[in-house]
Amino acid sequence: MKPETVRFAGFRTLLYKEVLRFWKVSFQTVGAPVLTAVLYLLIFSHVLDRHVTVYGDVPYTVFLVPGLVMMSVLQNAFANTSSSLIQSKITGNIVFMLLPPISYREFFAAYVLAAIVRGAFVGTGVILVSLLMVSLPVVAPAWIIVFALLGGAILASFGMIAGIWADKFDQLSAFQNFLIMPLTMLSGVFYSIHSLPPVWQTVSHLNPFFYMIDGFRYGFFGQSDVSPWVSLGVVSACFVVLAILTLSMLARGYKLRA
Amino acid sequence: MSAPAIRIAGVRKRYGQLKALDGIDLEVQQGEFFGLLGPNGAGKTTLISALAGLTRVDEGELAVMGHDVVADYRQARRKLGVVPQELVFDPFFSVREALRLQSGYFGIRRNDTWIDEILASLDLTHKADANMRMLSGGMKRRVLVAQALVHRPPVIVLDEPTAGVDVELRQGLWQFIRRLNRDGHTIVLTTHYLEEAQTLCNRIAMLKAGRVVALDTTDNLLARFASRVLRVRLSAPVGLDFLPGARDAGHGWVEIPFESYGEVEDMLSRIRLTGGQVEDMVLGEPDLEKVFMGVMHEA
Repeated sequence: MKPETVRFAGFRTLLYKEVLRFWKVSFQTVGAPVLTAVLYLLIFSHVLDRHVTVYGDVPYTVFLVPGLVMMSVLQNAFANTSSSLIQSKITGNIVFMLLPPISYREFFAAYVLAAIVRGAFVGTGVILVSLLMVSLPVVAPAWIIVFALLGGAILASFGMIAGIWADKFDQLSAFQNFLIMPLTMLSGVFYSIHSLPPVWQTVSHLNPFFYMIDGFRYGFFGQSDVSPWVSLGVVSACFVVLAILTLSMLARGYKLRA
Repeated sequence: MSAPAIRIAGVRKRYGQLKALDGIDLEVQQGEFFGLLGPNGAGKTTLISALAGLTRVDEGELAVMGHDVVADYRQARRKLGVVPQELVFDPFFSVREALRLQSGYFGIRRNDTWIDEILASLDLTHKADANMRMLSGGMKRRVLVAQALVHRPPVIVLDEPTAGVDVELRQGLWQFIRRLNRDGHTIVLTTHYLEEAQTLCNRIAMLKAGRVVALDTTDNLLARFASRVLRVRLSAPVGLDFLPGARDAGHGWVEIPFESYGEVEDMLSRIRLTGGQVEDMVLGEPDLEKVFMGVMHEA
């Protein structure tokens, strides 16, 4: 078999490597987050399903599923890029990706897409297991896909920034525990913001994660706290800002090329 | 005329107050086996990193086979294979996977025939499917060499490739690198084993504090900074002032430098004539260690 030179092969190989990397430890990277989400679902549905309905007549457990799915997509997209980059930096094998003729745009695209793939695997896993417990409507699948992709891309970019910036795992876990986790938990995963006092509703509107989850949920129920177009605008703007920031760090070789 | 394998012009790099590279000018011609020597912190690894695009310089230009490492980085990187100094590896993959991935990063797919050839040459065939974590240090080092060669670069840079490697493996590695050089690859080597550099390199640059302090063929450096030496141990001390350059080397030994072996007989007979009796005698060839010490002392 003759070797062949392929266009964008560097990007494709890096994407393949990043997917293979998480797939080789899929119990940890896919199985565990699915289990965590399902445990949330079991516990919250057991406690609240008979007491709470949302959007008029949507049972609480059904309402909860899209939020948990999106939360899993977001957290895993962040975890994929951030952990891969910091591991490669600390062990030094990042050099294998920096020596070849891969442009910084290809580098960005490969890492972000791989993170979206992991998010999609986990999200699909949560949906499949949830379907054993509830019947989930799908009103506008295009919105589901758009928000899953954009949300995954935002957190993947954010993960790249954290992975590039952090010099040790401790700094990365600070990102995860003091920023990503609170923003996700307070984004309306477990409740509609209309159930909150006015002040907290206003605060929720400042949280970009709220728009990702609210828009994603619209795709299932055709109802949301704010218009999906508003959410799309906010989420797209967030992605553009984070993508520009990440690309500029990569272009400058910030903490990667001394 | 073909472009030099490596061209480095006016390169400067600072880390805060430290001048890591302080105006380096250097050319390595195609097909050379070139040595880059210097004490720790001299700037060797920084220079190699700059060449490989891992470090951005403050001033100056670097090119590989005529391709600027910044403006034309894709071509420059395709022409360059780097064996890094640190023993780095990706614990997620097997040897073959690591090599296939590296090949793909350089835009080459279906490269298994060449990968098999490299694995065989580096005696790694039986470890092709082993996870990188399961390999010994020496084997990991060989995989690093294989990764640098997977895209068939015409210029290969080896940064301390034999650090911590046992003698047998070192010999095997040099045999392989020599073959690559015979096949037309340009080799740039940094090492602290000066006898290796002396045996392998046609030309040598010595760096100190980010500057090139010596640059010449290995033979010229040896001729300029080191000479052959006759070491004799005498049964009783005798004044040897009549032999130019003679010096006491301790423990009853005297060192006398000379140019050609024809001089040795004359020196011995003159020692005998002054009543000296030679108990033991050693002839020493010039070595790069002396050159290195001399150059570093002068610079």
